Amino acid sequence: MSVPKTLYDKIWDAHVAHEADDGTCLLYIDRHLVHEVTSPQAFEGLRIAGRNVRAPNKTIAVPDHNVPTTEDRVKGIDNEESRIQVDALDANAKEFGIHYYPVSDVRQGIVHIVGPEQGWTLPGMTVVCGDSHTATHGAFGSLAHGIGTSEVEHVLATQTLIQKKSKNMKVEITGTLRPGVTAKDITMNVIGRTGTAGGTGYVIEYCGQAIEDLSMEGRMTVCNMAIEGGARAGLIAPDQKTFDYCYGRPNAPKGSDWDLALSNWKELYTDENAHFDLKITIKGEDIAPSVTWGTSPEDVLPIDAVVPSPDDFKGGKVEAVKRALDYMGLKPGQKLSDVEIDTVFIGSCTNGRIEDLRAAAEVLKGHKIKDGMRAMVVPGSGLVRAQAEEEGLAQIFIDAGFEWRMAGCSMCLAMNPDQLAPEERCAATSNRNFEGRQGRGGRTHLLSPAMAAAAAVTGKLTDIRTFVGAV
Amino acid sequence: MEKFLNVSGVAAPMPLVNIDTDMIIPKQFLKTIKRSGLGVNLFDEMRYNQDGSEISDFVLNQAAYRKAEIIIAGENFGCGSSREHAPWALKDFGISVVISESFADIFYSNCFKNGILPIKLSKECIDILMDDASKGENARISVDLEGQTVSATDGTIFKFEVDAFKKHCLLNGLDDIGLTYQKIESIDKFEEAQAKITPWL
Ligand code: SF4
Repeated sequence: MSVPKTLYDKIWDAHVAHEADDGTCLLYIDRHLVHEVTSPQAFEGLRIAGRNVRAPNKTIAVPDHNVPTTEDRVKGIDNEESRIQVDALDANAKEFGIHYYPVSDVRQGIVHIVGPEQGWTLPGMTVVCGDSHTATHGAFGSLAHGIGTSEVEHVLATQTLIQKKSKNMKVEITGTLRPGVTAKDITMNVIGRTGTAGGTGYVIEYCGQAIEDLSMEGRMTVCNMAIEGGARAGLIAPDQKTFDYCYGRPNAPKGSDWDLALSNWKELYTDENAHFDLKITIKGEDIAPSVTWGTSPEDVLPIDAVVPSPDDFKGGKVEAVKRALDYMGLKPGQKLSDVEIDTVFIGSCTNGRIEDLRAAAEVLKGHKIKDGMRAMVVPGSGLVRAQAEEEGLAQIFIDAGFEWRMAGCSMCLAMNPDQLAPEERCAATSNRNFEGRQGRGGRTHLLSPAMAAAAAVTGKLTDIRTFVGAV
Repeated sequence: MEKFLNVSGVAAPMPLVNIDTDMIIPKQFLKTIKRSGLGVNLFDEMRYNQDGSEISDFVLNQAAYRKAEIIIAGENFGCGSSREHAPWALKDFGISVVISESFADIFYSNCFKNGILPIKLSKECIDILMDDASKGENARISVDLEGQTVSATDGTIFKFEVDAFKKHCLLNGLDDIGLTYQKIESIDKFEEAQAKITPWL
């Protein structure tokens, strides 16, 4: 009998192109996704060294971080530095002959939304991108992780990455989620449990009934934030839902290739008795709709909790919590559901997919956002936007008082003009609440799309369970 | 890449845990298409007021630490974004060693690609070094990569672990891509085999 393997072991083993005596491997990369912020120096490096892109066919580029999300963006980007970066990507894509979705293309969007949507992301692959949220693609049972710019250059030149294998962690979410609880709450709760460094050195496989019950969109939300727990990647074994999602996508295999792929993908699961270095189990029923209160994604609590005190913590975290409360303008003991907000941002690679917009629109139907509230929806891709328009979701958002934007990263990291002012408080469906992330001095509370929509209506962080009841 | 040379110099104490890459180099400085010149914006929002004046109690603004070459940091240093601008900014400022209990994965590996040595030590060692570093210019911390040691001002020596391959590359200033090109035949072979098993890729 061969040794039982985890899903991670299987994908890893199938991609080792070379292994040195000390275990350092050249891992072959099947898909390389590229965006404008972390790639210009890599392409420049190739040019200086006179090197080529080894596999332009496996390389896909799309501008997303810097692009304005207002409709007038077709006229060009005002900010000179952003324009230079996007122009550089245009030119590099052309020069090196890689697949490209320019701003003017309806398929443009956040790289982690475009990849799966276009069928570039498939089960069993290795996927990398110069972006930490590459973990998203793990939802397909593909080994996907973020890399730095030097590694982007290395992959462009050699289609491999120098890697050592990580450890295996299993995160099982058992049972069924309660009403109002979403994939976002699962992933935030895992980080709340393990801490932002708990996953360092690991690849996490998420499993259990509650994970199996999620749609592909929900699974992407879960894997997206694996990096926020420090993990190298997050994985979910592919199943019929995965195959159905991939079927017919523009770059998915067709005909006999599809049949061959399918038989291969059906082997992508963790064998019984395979070894995990660490296992965590969370009961789905124990997860409540959650929000963050601090400046690290691990600072997460159920919406009906109160702001903690620095005394509740130990070690270096005590100072960090003092600093976070000061930055966030919150007091220990304050009810989270009393926290008033100024802005709502729905979007990002965590929650910018069609299902997220449906969930938010469902809450907003027949409501208006609170007077003075700034609220925006930024669909994850042009195709998500088009579908939402077709389904009538866009009109619900617009009627409620939301701005209906073009696709991009937008206020998730505020590299474009969508930014918070100092002390402006935002309920955001994105993934990072770091100091200054959404604009210098801006205050971010992470939550699910439904909770973000409810907050836009009430003007406060709101328990979606009571909001639903109140309608 | 330049070779890593041993360092003996002032270390800036930054006990805060979870120092993320948004703190190290905020996003407004990621719009560059170059690797250089980011040192002035290192820790920008912690270091400067909005009008551009210095925040005097930030460690790197204090006279003793303006030329620090080492940072002693709280755990989980470099978490968050994959931006290599973080090590570029550190290096451009003059930092070539960061010592912490733990580092985020991507940041850790990005350091080695840019001539920065991230050193992991136990909490007890970090506490001693943090204390030492807070003595300002009177402290001098030395790092020897070849011997894998950190020495405090009073001569106490701490051994650290580092991956042998990464150490070799850092000591010799080796370029990863050049090294991988030497194994190009393995990659060719892998591609040929893969094309047979998974032709749809
Ligand atoms: S949406 Fe946010 S987290 Fe996702 S890729 Fe863009 S900037 Fe990064």
